[in-house]
Amino acid sequence: MSFSWARPYEPKHPVARWIDERLPLPRLVYGAIGGGYPVPRNLNYWWNFGVLAGIFLTIQIVTGIVLAMHYFASIDGAFNSVNQLIMRDVSAGWLLRYAHMNGASFFFIVTYIHIFRGLYYGSYKAPRELVWMLGLVIYLLMMATAFMGYVLPWGQMSYWGAQVITGFFSAFPMVGEPLRIWILGGYAPDQAALTRFFSLHYLLPFVIAGVVVLHIWALHIPGSSNPTGVDVKDEKDTLPFHPFYTAKDGWFAAAVLLVYALVTYFAPNYLGHPDNYIPANPLATPAHIVPEWYFWPFYAILRSCTFNLFWIDAKLWGVLAMFGSILLLFFLPWIDRSPVRSGAYRPVFKRFFWLLVVDVVILGYVGGAPITPFNAALGQLAAAYYFLHFLVILPLVSAFETPLPLPNSISESVLHGEAAESAPAGQASRPGSVAVATAE
Amino acid sequence: MRWILGLIGTVFAAVLLLSFLSGITAYFQNPPAPLASDEFHREPKGLHLASDGPFGKFDKQQLQRGFQVYKEVCSACHSMKLVSFRDLKGIGYSDAEVKAIANQWQTEVPSINPDTGEPATRKALPSDTFPAPFANDTAARAGNNNALPPDLSLITKAREGGAAYVYSLLTGFQNEPAELLKKFPDAKTPTGLHYNPYFANLNIAMPPPLTANQVTYADGTPATVDQMAQDVSAFLMWAAEPKLGNRHRWGYVVIIYLLFATGFAYAAYRNIWRNVKH
Repeated sequence: MSFSWARPYEPKHPVARWIDERLPLPRLVYGAIGGGYPVPRNLNYWWNFGVLAGIFLTIQIVTGIVLAMHYFASIDGAFNSVNQLIMRDVSAGWLLRYAHMNGASFFFIVTYIHIFRGLYYGSYKAPRELVWMLGLVIYLLMMATAFMGYVLPWGQMSYWGAQVITGFFSAFPMVGEPLRIWILGGYAPDQAALTRFFSLHYLLPFVIAGVVVLHIWALHIPGSSNPTGVDVKDEKDTLPFHPFYTAKDGWFAAAVLLVYALVTYFAPNYLGHPDNYIPANPLATPAHIVPEWYFWPFYAILRSCTFNLFWIDAKLWGVLAMFGSILLLFFLPWIDRSPVRSGAYRPVFKRFFWLLVVDVVILGYVGGAPITPFNAALGQLAAAYYFLHFLVILPLVSAFETPLPLPNSISESVLHGEAAESAPAGQASRPGSVAVATAE
Repeated sequence: MRWILGLIGTVFAAVLLLSFLSGITAYFQNPPAPLASDEFHREPKGLHLASDGPFGKFDKQQLQRGFQVYKEVCSACHSMKLVSFRDLKGIGYSDAEVKAIANQWQTEVPSINPDTGEPATRKALPSDTFPAPFANDTAARAGNNNALPPDLSLITKAREGGAAYVYSLLTGFQNEPAELLKKFPDAKTPTGLHYNPYFANLNIAMPPPLTANQVTYADGTPATVDQMAQDVSAFLMWAAEPKLGNRHRWGYVVIIYLLFATGFAYAAYRNIWRNVKH
């Protein structure tokens, strides 16, 4: 794959040679994440989060398989199997469960950083459109998996979350209500829904793993992007993935796992909601139904639509806006037509990017907070900006912006980085070279 | 395509801005009435427990006092269905003591008569969970003015504020402030309910459960209401999270391991990259 100077796999041991001639799996791995994959030498730490997402997917699958050995997918037994059997009686069951609960949150944290890195550095642009779109497919699958996983303990938020989320479908005219009943297997979340959510919650992570393989495969055709956004030109621009990026990913992964362990061992319920420690009760609605924190921005968009426009009522607008807010990302490679990939060389784009980050944080806050007139108004403005950003501002910026001059090559920008570092303050005006300098 | 997408974006933004405008118009034309529960509800008081913080571990003496309060006061109405008698070994009781506690428990365990198959009850065993004071929720409501006393197994994890909330609620009973009645004449505490500013809607069905010297502590600690409330909150913290001590202990080992792992891996990274310009 990728570059002509990629080191070929040369097994030395006769056993390795024997295997390679019959099943070249080690060759595949060597070319994918070994010494045979040349990577731009100037990647900064924002490029570490893809590997981290893979690590958290693995943690989720391993802890999840063991949890499933002790979990009962029954509406009478689910809550107790989690909160009595697993949390009290299974050896280290509390650790498995807290690792899984917080593993989901960390999977989303690193994935969000990974997505925003892609947005800033234009990683969605040609020739990596399919890498981006497969990534979005993974993200959608993650959302479905996380939602169904949250239903499994059958607590109050599980139950009412399932009620609200499946209720989205009933917003669609005609087909909506039959569709909702078909999905739930009944008129409300019940045994049928719980059993199928458990089945799908077990299945989808393996589908995610499959799409991750496609995501990495598609990535390895053009090779990784880099903070300058300039294409790799020759061997001077790259380093073999192993040992250089395995070492860099390795220490950074250990550092992130340290943070994950701090939360898992010392504040395991910090990211959760107390109501999910109350068994599901179809007759008592919680005061505030909120999803897990990683859905808050979308929940805010959903709740912000309160106006019936044309023949579409507010509820359907909310559902359309919520789905639309994710689906529009699939069109991003064609919405942003600036030939320059990296936000570091796009002064106007960069400002709007940070505004978007603030906007999404505000949406996240509003989605998790109780509805007050102030929060509702704030969420409506932030949601409107979200759509304007991607569908109006971004195409205009990419058409009218004058980008800064790009370096001729990655290796040249690396040398520039050093010059910028030793130059007097203010003279290092090229953001790209500053980014490279700080990555050192 | 960009034009179509731009149009779609504008329509969504328009719906949201119209929602915004109609929202603020409604707010200014018809401001929402203030609620007594918004103004008079109070956040939990501070409660310091030995189990707090990353270095916290349970104070078994206090947990045993708290268990005594649960046994002699709370368990009359509140079940604790997820906790077993054998779990009490975790707060310092011996096998024999656990057996005796189970055997002497005020409620017996539903069972069947081995000869006739008729419903019957038997004495609890260490392997049993705490028997519920009522046969079912309907019976519990019937005995409590139609209010359901919640199960206490997970109560400190199932309420915002945790153990501090339980402590505040137990010590928070008081007369309804005159100021509240002046401002919200309709918000008078209904008969059969009790004013408590730490409860979400201010009026709780549970009567004040604790009175001074209601229990006689074996270790001689004076049984003030505040002391009993603290002790039972600590006990319920343990009931909800019995593995907290293990969790913290394992946590130190894992954190120290990961600190070393991060340090060594960072040194390896610096070593590998030492001659590389990047």
